[in-house]
Amino acid sequence: MSIEMAMMGKASADDRPATTCDDVECVMARPASMTDKLMHYCPGCTHGIIHRLVGEMIDEFGLLDHTVGVCPVGCSVFAYEYFQCDAIEASHGRAPAVATAVKRTDSSRFVFTYQGDGDLASIGMAETIHAAARGERITIFFVNNGIYGMTGGQMAPTSLIGQKTTTSPSGRIAETTGMPIGVCELLSSLKGVAYLARVPISSPKNINTARKYMRKAIRAQLENKGLGLVEFLSTCPVQWAMSPIAAMKHIDNTVIKTFPPGVFVDRVDPVDATSTPMPAVAHTGAEA
Amino acid sequence: MSATLEHPGAKNVAAESEPRGTEQVAGTKRLVKGNEALALGAVHGGLEAFFGYPITPQNEIPEILSGLLPSLGRVFLQAESEVASINMVYGASAAGHRTMTSSSSPGISLMMEGLSYIAGARLPCVIINVMRGGPGLGNIAPSQADYFQACKGGGHGDFHSLVLAPWNVQEMFELPALAFDLADRYRTPVFILADAVLGSMLEPAVVPDQIPPLRKVSKEWATVGRGRRAVKNVVNSLYLDPEVLSAHNETLQSTYREARREIRYDTRFTDDAEILLVAFGIAARVGLSAVRLLRKQGMRIGLLRPITLFPFPSDAIKHLAKQVRQTFVFELNSGQMVEDVRLAVNGISPVDFYGRMGGVLPGPEELAEQIRSRIGRGDSL
Repeated sequence: MSIEMAMMGKASADDRPATTCDDVECVMARPASMTDKLMHYCPGCTHGIIHRLVGEMIDEFGLLDHTVGVCPVGCSVFAYEYFQCDAIEASHGRAPAVATAVKRTDSSRFVFTYQGDGDLASIGMAETIHAAARGERITIFFVNNGIYGMTGGQMAPTSLIGQKTTTSPSGRIAETTGMPIGVCELLSSLKGVAYLARVPISSPKNINTARKYMRKAIRAQLENKGLGLVEFLSTCPVQWAMSPIAAMKHIDNTVIKTFPPGVFVDRVDPVDATSTPMPAVAHTGAEA
Repeated sequence: MSATLEHPGAKNVAAESEPRGTEQVAGTKRLVKGNEALALGAVHGGLEAFFGYPITPQNEIPEILSGLLPSLGRVFLQAESEVASINMVYGASAAGHRTMTSSSSPGISLMMEGLSYIAGARLPCVIINVMRGGPGLGNIAPSQADYFQACKGGGHGDFHSLVLAPWNVQEMFELPALAFDLADRYRTPVFILADAVLGSMLEPAVVPDQIPPLRKVSKEWATVGRGRRAVKNVVNSLYLDPEVLSAHNETLQSTYREARREIRYDTRFTDDAEILLVAFGIAARVGLSAVRLLRKQGMRIGLLRPITLFPFPSDAIKHLAKQVRQTFVFELNSGQMVEDVRLAVNGISPVDFYGRMGGVLPGPEELAEQIRSRIGRGDSL
């Protein structure tokens, strides 16, 4: 499936009236929560798709007015340019700490972070784990493409064994660099996590699955159940030295062997008694 | 405290940021510990959200706030590190709240990247550093060795924090409120530079009986959630275009120049002084005792104590340097503020320095003897 086909996925804001232009029915439009700014992402990069999904979700839940997005350093450092919501740019790795404070000071806000794998799983691992352990009522969109894209293709904590990067030119070796970190596996032991899922952004079908997961990760926050995180297995065609289509296939054929997709934790709609949500903490905002 | 403004004409501007005077509200004079005073002073000054990580010698601050803030419906959170603490401060400040962290020297070092982002994004906040001996792990004894770090930026890039230096427990209570007002007015981080002795000492201080209600300060730039605002707000420090970043830096620098109207200092026995002693914080307490000792021995010596370390009371020091034969600077470090004193004096008269490091706090006799023995010796450079 091509990215173009993937982008043709039906807009989920079904209540939005279909508009017409030049007597042609408009069946899909840019989410109202997104700006019309031209994105800076490389051809074939999945950030554009994931941005759109975030925009769709903010529309669908009607959250734009009280959303604060936190976008740290990485390829998505300009993400605040593409969303209509208030946004904070965080330093590298610290988005969960920043988001924690934004949410705790006023629990009526919807607070999300949008982080890459170097950001979330390397320099920001401490902030990630502790935000999850505290059960912060924030939603993390975690874009894992297994490489440092913006800085020029260096090895990430999520790079695959054997993956050639500019700092592992002969391929990543476990003996000297360890094994790739599975963030969902790692966080799944923490009781503060209310929803945790991983999905490849490799086909329209998977993008629909991503929408389903994102709804739950947002509900984890809105229903005061704990931290929600969706990990997107994403492409980096430029730094992977692949065509966009080959990069999509690489996710389905190879990446998912190291990072199996699926739902890891679901305390939003618990299916068994052991998945009870973490007790709600007093997230009272300061009085106005 | 005799706070003296450097520019008398600017008094009206500065007056509105005076901390709530203890004479205006019912208060109780009692023994208060320095760190307790900082914590209570911050709450009385409108602290809405505190984030911090344990480190000696300032632990009473988070300990007190961990009970007090939630009881007021405000936010206390013990962070996983100082790195997280300062970034939580960044987030709470971006969202428009009066926020603070406190730490001691090694923890403050960990916050320097975050501080640079806060300064770059023009976010107001208060940072308390109860300084201890360094470098490295050092010790937990009193020190003033973080003067450069606090006053010269500390993190990367061209920026400053405003820096306030209390010298007694009453000021430890009063300065946090002033710090919040200054932070909001200039959209800069504001340091309160205390030390292990000030933090741990018990002194009589007047603390108001009632905690005032929060005064909401309007911050049209804050990322509170867009609401009905026509445009979104973005808090960031990223300006890829050099000309745009240059203009942003010019704005920051003009802010620091504007903040010179907030300069505060305290002078004692300077009217007829032939010798000037300059010291801040706990060193100024020792300094005032030394001045009194030397006055009894017939020396016409006076004390100038900067209360704002940045902006620095350069004009006042320069003015006195024309009057005196010699200036002494006394610090609990290897000689940091003395550089600013020398820049202010600019060769008008000699400047000499005495300092102790490693957490050693000399008594007034030792300092007096140092001053006596160095009279006429000239500039120590």
